[in-house]
Amino acid sequence: MGVYHRGTESTERGGGRAFSFFSVSSVPLWLILLCFATQNVWAVRIGEISETTFGEQVVRFFTFRDPALRYALVGSILLGINCGLLGGFLVVRKMALVGDSLSHAVLPGVALGFMWNMTKDPVAIFIGATIAGLLGAVVVNLIKETTLLKEDTALGLVLAAFFAAGMVLITIIQRLETANKSGVDKYLFGQAAAISLEDVKLMSAVTALSVAAITIFYKGFLVTSFDAGFARATGFPVRVFHYALMLLLAFSVVISLQAVGVVLVSAMLITPAAAAYMLTDRMHRLLVLASVFGIFAGACGAFFSFLRPNLPTGPFMVLGASAVFVGAFLFGPKHGVVVRWWMHRSRAHRTKRENTLKSIFHVLEARNFHGEGVTLAELAERRRETIEEARQQAANLRAHGQATLNEDTMYLTPDGMQRAMAIVRNHRLWELYLTNAAQIAVDHVHEDAEKIEHVLGEDVVRELERRLDFAQKDPHGRVIPSVADIRKAAAAPERVGATGYGN
Amino acid sequence: MEVKQVNFDDSPPLEVHDLTVAYHRKPVLWGIDLVVPKGKLVGIVGPNGAGKSTLIKAALGLVPVSSGWVKIGGVPARKNLKRVGYVPQRESVDWDFPVTVMDVVLMGRYGHLGMIKRPAARDKEIARECLEKVKMLPFANRQIANLSGGQQQRVFLARALAQESDLYFMDEPFAGVDAATEAAIIALLHELKDRGKTLMVVHHDLPTARNYFDMLLLLNMRVVAFGPTEQVFTYELLQETYGGRLTILSEVAEAVRQRG
Repeated sequence: MGVYHRGTESTERGGGRAFSFFSVSSVPLWLILLCFATQNVWAVRIGEISETTFGEQVVRFFTFRDPALRYALVGSILLGINCGLLGGFLVVRKMALVGDSLSHAVLPGVALGFMWNMTKDPVAIFIGATIAGLLGAVVVNLIKETTLLKEDTALGLVLAAFFAAGMVLITIIQRLETANKSGVDKYLFGQAAAISLEDVKLMSAVTALSVAAITIFYKGFLVTSFDAGFARATGFPVRVFHYALMLLLAFSVVISLQAVGVVLVSAMLITPAAAAYMLTDRMHRLLVLASVFGIFAGACGAFFSFLRPNLPTGPFMVLGASAVFVGAFLFGPKHGVVVRWWMHRSRAHRTKRENTLKSIFHVLEARNFHGEGVTLAELAERRRETIEEARQQAANLRAHGQATLNEDTMYLTPDGMQRAMAIVRNHRLWELYLTNAAQIAVDHVHEDAEKIEHVLGEDVVRELERRLDFAQKDPHGRVIPSVADIRKAAAAPERVGATGYGN
Repeated sequence: MEVKQVNFDDSPPLEVHDLTVAYHRKPVLWGIDLVVPKGKLVGIVGPNGAGKSTLIKAALGLVPVSSGWVKIGGVPARKNLKRVGYVPQRESVDWDFPVTVMDVVLMGRYGHLGMIKRPAARDKEIARECLEKVKMLPFANRQIANLSGGQQQRVFLARALAQESDLYFMDEPFAGVDAATEAAIIALLHELKDRGKTLMVVHHDLPTARNYFDMLLLLNMRVVAFGPTEQVFTYELLQETYGGRLTILSEVAEAVRQRG
């Protein structure tokens, strides 16, 4: 603790008035921190952490002089890996509430572990907390199986009762004068700076255990999570895997307590995994991503809480993780809100252009393709809109190379003509198909065709044509442009004339 | 029948003796005795709550049994799970789970691979063949969430095929699938049967049951009848199976009438 605070003070001198943690001033602060770093000091004790190449790399990267920060950072990263991995399984197994319950249920165990010999002995606290967590899980099961109450109620009950008991015990500890009570209250909201070398060793061991167990028995964890019945029928002990997962989960929660705090541990389990869930549809990638997000969140927490003395780490970690989640929610390539909005928007724009092209075609068709150009007035009249709107549409088409505009007269380019004919063909084919094959009345098919015309793919159109025996006319007696017509339009020179498209 | 399975020898693929299953002390299955011959396509038929699924689950060791035993190929079922393929009910899993079609079918290989070994190229090849058999190979890399009901069912079938078993348990493989898929599945089941496999299929549509299966197991908490379809599919036995359920009785009457 002491060492850590000295380090913090030096940071403050360097960082000056950097009290807004999210402001740009944190960047120079970060660089100044790097300047303070000397070579070799870090290697002395961090070298003992052999299990985590990730941890080592990050420590090398930041190379801080202050050992307490190194422990804080390494510890936060380790817990990020753990929480990401176990959280991934919680999310796909729909057990998010279990994580929440378990993390609250460990608090009395922490207090009792502390009371064991009135110091913050990591091993005693680890054992106490694990026992309390597992006891909580057993009580949940007991309530579920012996009463009619459902799991969520049982979880809520146990969460509250155990947490309350833990709070009472912690209050008692803080009133005791004999106790070396530094840090017990830190278990509520977390203080990465309180992580000692002993803690880091314990965290490394737990991380190594989780990573090894999940890597070696990945198949079992996967199949028991996806389809428990099938897993058992192929000889996988579903219960063993379930309890192994619960035990690893309890370990993860317990090693995370000091840095994240009881209140927010569950968020470190759920948030990185939930963000990963939005970005991938393969389980192993989900686990890797969740761990990476966990590392990022852990590092965020360690960094921001380091900036000023006595800042809780947990909230910053959870904010970091939540930022990742918001990013995934908005910008995820498949399910992201922004991406979907953008795709929807570009589809809407394309539909609008295609409708304009169709209108131009209709104008040309109405005068039997005499004359090439269509005036804005004609287009506006056809579309029942103002000249200004028609002009805007024309500009839009010109921007996409589908039409040219000379004075107030538009000429379709070969590309525009081809697209216009394709849309009209789609529309009329679909109308014909609905009236012929689906026996829908002629006056009912137009609305449907208005939507379908924009989404029919080339293959479907070929199939439709074949099924309709390459019909020439739609149900209203109008000509359906054929593929040959469209090809001719595409091959035609700029400023296509009337001949060739009609009849 | 031309394929000689060494492991089965002359023992029946499935033998159930005095099997009783109870949920919370309420009996679901009573003293089931069953000896299923090799190379048969057996339909398990009975009203809701007759214990059709439970029988399958008990045979696979998925639910605790109160008494009795199940032997598969002459060996206690638990020790011979590698010889058994299983198609659970489609609703039993979360179809939003982050796995691809291929991942699911590869799970069929897990029993052969044991706890630690990873699927090798050979397993992937088998999985691809099985997907091809159910015409789902083009979907191999899709996430399972994007499949229709019939496609989901075919993925489960492919997974069971990948188990390369001699005895298959299928829990309502025709539930919620379209007619084309149903026809494809039944063709596949017949092909498996012709290769000497034994199939136990839970089915709840009586009229088709008569055409689909070689043998029928009429179940209503106990075995009402078990035998070749033409001997078992009678008005009296079906009435005994379905009790006083009038709607089903009329369905049965219709089915029997069609047959006569």
